[in-house]
Amino acid sequence: MIKLPDIPESVVVRHSAKAWPLGLAGAGLLIIGSLLSWSFDPGVLGDLSISLNPGGLQIVAIAIALLAVILFLARRGPLTSLGQWADTALSLRALGLWALLFMTLVLVAITVETGGLINIDPGGWISFLGAVLLFIATRFVVQEETRDLSEARVPGWAEILVIVVLMAAILFGTAYALGLTDAWEFVLFLVFVTGVVITGVRAGLLSWLGHVTNRHRHVLTLAAFAVAFFFPFTQNGSDANMSIASQVLIFASAAMGLNIVVGLAGLLDLGYIAFLGAGAYVGASLSTSAFATIGWKPPFLVVVLTGACVSATLGLIIGAPTLRVSGDYLAIVTLGFGEIFRLSMFNLDGNNGPNLTHGPNGIPAIPDLTIGSFNFGDTHTLLGIPLARFSNYYFLLLVLIAFIILVFSRLNNSRIGRGWVAIREDEKAAEAMGVNVFGLKILAFVVGAFLAGMAGTIKAHQDVSVTPDQYIFLESAFLLAAIVLGGMGTIAGVLIGAMILKLLPEKLRFFADYRLLLFGLLLVLMMRFRPEGLIASKRRQLEFHEDDEELAVRIETNHAEDVKA
Amino acid sequence: MTVTEEAENTDARPSAGVPLLQAEGVIMRFGGLTAVNNVDMTVNEGEIVGLIGPNGAGKTTFFNCLTGLYKPTEGQVRLSGVELPPKPRAVVKAGMARTFQNIRLFANMTALENVMVGRYCRTSSGAFTSILHGPKFRREEAETRQRAQELLDFVGLGTSTEHLARNMPYGNQRRLEIARALATDPKLVLLDEPTAGMNPLETRQASDLIFKIRDSGLAVVVIEHDMRFIFNLCDRVLCLVRGETLVEGTPNQVQSDPRVIEAYIGTGADDDDDQDGVVATSKDAEDTP
Repeated sequence: MIKLPDIPESVVVRHSAKAWPLGLAGAGLLIIGSLLSWSFDPGVLGDLSISLNPGGLQIVAIAIALLAVILFLARRGPLTSLGQWADTALSLRALGLWALLFMTLVLVAITVETGGLINIDPGGWISFLGAVLLFIATRFVVQEETRDLSEARVPGWAEILVIVVLMAAILFGTAYALGLTDAWEFVLFLVFVTGVVITGVRAGLLSWLGHVTNRHRHVLTLAAFAVAFFFPFTQNGSDANMSIASQVLIFASAAMGLNIVVGLAGLLDLGYIAFLGAGAYVGASLSTSAFATIGWKPPFLVVVLTGACVSATLGLIIGAPTLRVSGDYLAIVTLGFGEIFRLSMFNLDGNNGPNLTHGPNGIPAIPDLTIGSFNFGDTHTLLGIPLARFSNYYFLLLVLIAFIILVFSRLNNSRIGRGWVAIREDEKAAEAMGVNVFGLKILAFVVGAFLAGMAGTIKAHQDVSVTPDQYIFLESAFLLAAIVLGGMGTIAGVLIGAMILKLLPEKLRFFADYRLLLFGLLLVLMMRFRPEGLIASKRRQLEFHEDDEELAVRIETNHAEDVKA
Repeated sequence: MTVTEEAENTDARPSAGVPLLQAEGVIMRFGGLTAVNNVDMTVNEGEIVGLIGPNGAGKTTFFNCLTGLYKPTEGQVRLSGVELPPKPRAVVKAGMARTFQNIRLFANMTALENVMVGRYCRTSSGAFTSILHGPKFRREEAETRQRAQELLDFVGLGTSTEHLARNMPYGNQRRLEIARALATDPKLVLLDEPTAGMNPLETRQASDLIFKIRDSGLAVVVIEHDMRFIFNLCDRVLCLVRGETLVEGTPNQVQSDPRVIEAYIGTGADDDDDQDGVVATSKDAEDTP
C-alpha cells in the first residue's frame, strides 16, 4: 500500500532492542489517553468527552493498542509460541502506520468539526503521542524467520471457533458501521478495519485462514449464511439499514449472475443490467399494480420463473449472433444491447408502439409481494424482534443468493465449468479437443440472464416502481466493477466487492459528487497492484501472473494438500 | 495386423489393412498461396504413418485441414468411410484427435483436469444434472476422473496428476498433451512434432509411447523432423515438399529416394532444371488470383 522510506538496516539493528519497551509504552499511552476525554465538544464523533467512559472510537483505539501489545508480546514474552508462526515485524509496521493515521485523522476530525485545535482535550494528545511512539517503535522491529503456516495445526474445534468468532466480528462490525450516522466516524471506523485487516494479512493470518477455511468449507458457508440471517435481528426493527442491506443483496445477486458470464466463461458483458431490467419489467407488468399493462396476474413463483425465462430468452437472442465475436467486440455489442433495451423500454409508451411500459414514467405503485398469506409489506415479529418490510425482502433475497451461489459453484465444479476454463485458457485448443465452445458460451449467457431475471422480479416489488433510468449503462459498469474489485470467478470476493460498491456510497453521501472519480481511482489502483481482485481465485491468479513461477509452485502445493485432505 | 508385414510391403499404395482415414485431393489456398496442393493420404487401422518434409512444406497446414481447424479449399477427408465436416468438434467426435506443434495445454489446469477436458465430447451431463448433482452427473464425473487417471498412468504421468500443466517438465507436457488427445477415445491420433525439443532419452520414450498407443489398437500419424525417429517408428512415410506429395512409401524407400535428400539438403547450382519440377506449386499459386 503505502511505502515509507527505509531506515538503513544498520540503524534498525542498533536500536532494535529499544523497540520493544518503546512500543509497549506507546500502546500504554494510547490506552490511557483513550480512557480520558478526547474532545471538549461532546457533539463530535459520537461523544468522546467523558473520562473513564470511552466512546466508540476510543474503544477502537484501545483495540488497536491491545493488538499492538499482543504482537509485541509475541516477539518477546508469554506469547512467543505465536511469534514463531506470525510475521510480527511486518504486521507491527503496518499496525503502527495505521494507528498513527487513525489518531491523526481523529485530531483532524475534531479540529475541523469544532473549529479549532483548542477543542482537543489532553486525552486526545496523549493518545496521539502514544500512536507516534508506537509508530516509531515499529520502525525498529527486526524481521525474524517464521515457520510455514501450512504446517500450523490447532485442534479442529478451535479452527471452527476461529471461523465463528470471525463471522461474529463481521456481523457486529457491519451492524455497528451501518449504525454510524456521522461520516467522519464512519470513515475512521473504516480506517480501523482496513488497518486491522492489513495487519492480519502482513502477519500471515489470511493465508492461515485460507488453510483453515479449506478444511472447514461447509462450516464457513454455514457460518456466513447464519451471520447474514441474523443481521436483521441486530437492527431492533429499524428498516433504514435493512433498506440498504436489501439493495446490496439485489446488487450482489446480479453481480453473482454476471460472475458466471465474466468470471467463469470469460465473456465481457457490458449490458448485463438489461437482464435485471427485463426481469423487473416482467415482475412489474404481471403485478397487481394499477399501471400494469398485462392482464395476467399469476402467483409470485410463476412471475419469478416467467421473468427469468423472458430474460434468458433475451440472453439467447442477444447471445446467438454476438457470441461469434469475442473480447472487445463482444463488450461493445453487449453495451449496445443494454442501451437498446433501455431505449425500447423508454419508447414502448403507446406513441411509438404498444403501450407496455408507460415509457419514461415506468410502472409505479407496484404492491408488495404476497406469498400465500405472508405479506412482505407487513411487520412481523420473530423472537420478540419486529422485522419490517425490507427485512422480509432481505430474507427472500438471501434465499435467492443461496440459490445463485449453488448454481454458480455446482456449474463451476462440473464438466461445464471445466469446459469454461478450457475456453478461457485456449479457445482453439479447447475446440480441437471437442469442447462445444459456442454452446458453452451461450449457456453462460443464458444462465446469467436467467438468474438476473429472477433477481429483477423481486427488485420490481422492492423498489415499488420500475423506470428505464434504473437500467443505465453505469449500473452494468458498477456490476462489472464489483466483480473486478472482489475477484473474478470467486463467490466471497464478488459478494465483498458488491458490498463495498453499494454500501460505501450509502454511508459516504457527502462524497457523492466524487463517487465515480473515487471508484475509477480504486479500479486503476487494483489493476496496478492486485489485478486478480481482493479475494483471488487460484486460477485467475495464475492467469494474471503468467511469469510468476513461485506463485505457481505455491498454488500447486496448496492444491495437492487440499486434494489429500 | 502386424507392423513388420506392413513394412515389408513394397507397394507404396496401401493394400493391406482396412483404410481408416482417407484424404483425397486436399487443396488449401490462402489467397494466392497454395499451402497444400492436391495431397492424398490413406491411413489404415493400426498403422503408424509418418509425415515429413522441410520447413514450410505444409505438414501442419495439412493436419489442420484434416482436423477441421482449416476448411480445405478443395478435397475431402473421410474417416471410416464417413466424410468429415470441417469442424474440429465433429472431427473429434468422429474419432480423430491431435496434439499441437507448440504445446497447447491448458496451462493453469492440473494434469488430471487437462485430460478430463478431453473427455468432454464423450460425456453429456447438462446444466440441470450438474446443478442438482443427479445420478448421471455423479456417474459421468466418476467415470471421467477414473478414465483420466488411467490415461495418465498409460502415458507414464500417473504420479503427477495434481501438478499444474505449466509447472511440468517439457517432456511431460508433451505426454500430457497425448493423454488429453487419447481421452477423446480416438481411432486415429495425429501427433504434430511430438519430439521437438526433446533429448535422446525422451525421444526414445516418446517412440515407446507411440508404439504402445498403436498396440492398443489405434492408428497414428506423426509429423517429425527427426529422421531416425521417423524411420524407426513408421510403417509408411509420406514426404511433402512445397505442399505436394513428393514420395510415399516404406521408410526404406523414402530414405533412399534422392528427391527426398534433395528436398532437404538442396542441389548444386547446375541442377536447376530438376528444381523446376518441384517449384510447380509456386507457379500454380501465381496463376490463381
